[in-house]
Amino acid sequence: MKFVENKAGRLVPLEVNGERRVLYQGLGGFRPHGDKARPRIATCADYPADGNKFVPGLRETLKKAGLKNGMTISTHHHLRNGDALTNLLFDTIKKMGIRNLRWFPSASFPGHEHLLRYLQDGTIHHIEGSMNGPLGRYASQGKMPGLGVLRSHGGRYRAVQDGNVHIDIAVIAAPAADAFGNANGVQGQSACGPLGFALVDSEYADQVIVVTDHLVPFPCVPWQIHGNHVDYVVKIDSLGDPGKIVSGTTELTKSPDRLLIAEYVARFVEEAGIMQNGFSFQAGAGGISLAFVAYLKEKMKAQGVKARFVRGGSTKYLVQLLEEGLTDYILDGQAFDEAGVRSLRENPRHVSTSPFTSYNYHGKGNFASLVDVVVLGATQVDVHFNANVVTHSDGYLLHGIGGWQDCLFSKCVVLAIPSFRDRIPIIVDEVATLCGPGELIDVVVTERGIAVNPRRQDLLKALAKSSLPLRALTEIQKEVYGLCGGAPAKPRVKKNRAIAVVEWVDGTLLDAIHQVVT
Amino acid sequence: MVDKSHKIGAAGKRGETIRSDCFVEVALKNSGGIKLKLESKVGVLYGDSIQRLVFEMCEHFGLKHANIYLEDKGALPFTIAARFETALKRARPELETEFFLPINGKNFSPPSKDRLRRSRLYLPGEEPKFFVNAGLHKPDGIILDLQDSVAPSEKDAARMLVRNALRRIDFYGAECMVRINQNQAGLEDLRYIVPHHVEVILIPKCESAPQVIAVENEVAKLRRQHGVANEIYLLPIIESALGVIKAYEIAAASAQNCGLAIGLEDYTADLGVERTRDGEESRFARSMIVSAAKAAGIQALDSVFSEVNDLDGLRASVSEARSLGFEGKGCIHPRQIPVIHAGFMPSQDEITKALNIVIAFEKAQSRGSGVVALDAKMIDAPVVKRAQQTIKLARRYQLIGTN
Repeated sequence: MKFVENKAGRLVPLEVNGERRVLYQGLGGFRPHGDKARPRIATCADYPADGNKFVPGLRETLKKAGLKNGMTISTHHHLRNGDALTNLLFDTIKKMGIRNLRWFPSASFPGHEHLLRYLQDGTIHHIEGSMNGPLGRYASQGKMPGLGVLRSHGGRYRAVQDGNVHIDIAVIAAPAADAFGNANGVQGQSACGPLGFALVDSEYADQVIVVTDHLVPFPCVPWQIHGNHVDYVVKIDSLGDPGKIVSGTTELTKSPDRLLIAEYVARFVEEAGIMQNGFSFQAGAGGISLAFVAYLKEKMKAQGVKARFVRGGSTKYLVQLLEEGLTDYILDGQAFDEAGVRSLRENPRHVSTSPFTSYNYHGKGNFASLVDVVVLGATQVDVHFNANVVTHSDGYLLHGIGGWQDCLFSKCVVLAIPSFRDRIPIIVDEVATLCGPGELIDVVVTERGIAVNPRRQDLLKALAKSSLPLRALTEIQKEVYGLCGGAPAKPRVKKNRAIAVVEWVDGTLLDAIHQVVT
Repeated sequence: MVDKSHKIGAAGKRGETIRSDCFVEVALKNSGGIKLKLESKVGVLYGDSIQRLVFEMCEHFGLKHANIYLEDKGALPFTIAARFETALKRARPELETEFFLPINGKNFSPPSKDRLRRSRLYLPGEEPKFFVNAGLHKPDGIILDLQDSVAPSEKDAARMLVRNALRRIDFYGAECMVRINQNQAGLEDLRYIVPHHVEVILIPKCESAPQVIAVENEVAKLRRQHGVANEIYLLPIIESALGVIKAYEIAAASAQNCGLAIGLEDYTADLGVERTRDGEESRFARSMIVSAAKAAGIQALDSVFSEVNDLDGLRASVSEARSLGFEGKGCIHPRQIPVIHAGFMPSQDEITKALNIVIAFEKAQSRGSGVVALDAKMIDAPVVKRAQQTIKLARRYQLIGTN
């Protein structure tokens, strides 16, 4: 495997799965031009005039859709770890004797460990999409024949538009659908919230199959997936385990250290002057993020400040903000708990978004850059604020990028992370994998202090009188190295063998992930 | 030569849910050298460093032949060292020498008998993962507990952990406290803590002056033996009816006493009554503690409030404790700390009133008048004294300047 150095100083392979790719050229360095990929032209005369696209079984549908060896099959991850459809899909494909597929999920979950057997027997050639847990571990050990490609949610949309990935068949799990193919995620036993991650698949795939366990008479409204894009509709008994699709409730962390980090983030947002009437923010569903929302809410109430919008993934804590009038809107890409799904279904001010509206690089603007402050996690950050979100310190690929890279375009990016986990320092000299350039990361908040990127003198100035524990990243790093017994050794990887690449949002190659020496 | 090959010592924690801790087994041998089998969650990052530590300790203890098994879940070096020493000493109880990690020197705050002790955070002495970040939550004191939170079979393990923690962990300005065991076991605990920069020793279930004096004498002896320079204060805890009755005797027993505390779980059990939320059953005992402490010129410190999630209840409890004359409360979760600190802080209203009184008093003094009047009302001397105390407290909290 041949490697070349890119603008970030990282070695990346010259070719990805046989295709020559553009190297990362710095922020805004790559300006693509020309036309986007075009979807197949369909003609309504080829479709049933009564609108009934119902086909009795998944196997028959895949056959009708023309499934062949070597094709690209896409799925979405709105059912999260409760997804049973994807496993069923590949069980069916295996029975049909089809091989060598490229699986193009918007993300995978530990529940997809079932698919390891299909990587082993060649049904799936390789995965392009976030690889969580067991699949990432498998790939890290060098067992997947092709190169994995990790993209952000926005990057996935772009990859389809750029023609990097042509989807032959999209299989879209739909918690509610009609026989025409209109579908949403807010009704039915498997309700999951928005369906935005499947939007690009529905628009660009050659064949689009909607699979539902809750078939309703036409029209299925709201129709986040338009039946006009859909070729076939299939009904199965169950899309998955509702208890794992959404949690009953998302609970606040009890860890005092995580609560302390969350409190520091909330204080930062207030004291840096970001928390003003009409502001906006985004935080995820991790323990620190949820607690941050709870602390910020108290501050907003105390100061009489109201947000214009907050970005999901929604949880009951965001829903409470909306219902108590502390924000005008929730713009939501995914719902994490029942409260989020209910609110999206019932409240017109809780609005579904998609990677197209929020993150798409080839859009004429996107929402991510309008957000005043975003709170994110990371597995590692280096002393120049470059961060890693996919591999652990020992080099194993265990997480996906999600919307993380896309969110870095917010006006203020905060990484809220513990300074160490067990004996693993999080602030390091060099990240195992570069996922986000330090130029875009403004603040790192740990339980041992808050480091503001020296590029953000405006923030430092705003915090001049703050009693927050502002420290240099290197100072926090030094303290943690002292605790952990010195600097950690570097991960042991095969330098000449990449198992996956990390794309930047513009499609250029940002970094490579290497096979781990076991 | 005695056959030692059958001797095996094990210490620490293992299992799926364990984090930031480790399990060590040492099997003594007569030959074959040191064989180390290491399984570590952080093996890639710190495997070499863990091996170096183990071999350094083997050399220190003169251990030449042993099979050592170390199952590590990301324990910090101070924990690995404590677990290894405990396992080895369980195999060789006669071993007298100790293995000291370098002292980090960050906890040498100027000792002061009357420093603020609003909050003191209890940490179980057998749970090293809680030690490292405790100081970040800014309690006035951190108590490494060797007593009730440690199972009888793990007392030796807790001693090593607490000793290593006192030497290695930065408590970020919190006073380093240790609660020792009762009676003889407590006196034996002292050699593991006195030479390693402990600042306050909590004496549990105190019922008489001689109990305090025994600790005082043992501490003095160890300080001389080890050339300990820092002051070490004592904090007796009253936890029984007898202790309450003898409260003043206990409070006045030693010049090293910095305060007197009460433990209500044991006290109510001793009375045979239930510990209730409003605490009517312990009102007498708590008032007794406050009076005894004040009579002896030391601080009165209240029990813990054990409902961690009930912060409103804690707020009320702190307010009540303050109204009785207590100056601090124990806590068992860092979330309780800010509530306790806020509760013991004088309110802006109290400060304003106190300032007016003190200004009126100073004006009267400068006029040479003994009569202090404010808003046409006469102010008695005790009222002035209380106002002065409020001002002093407000200054310590930096609520007002020094002028």
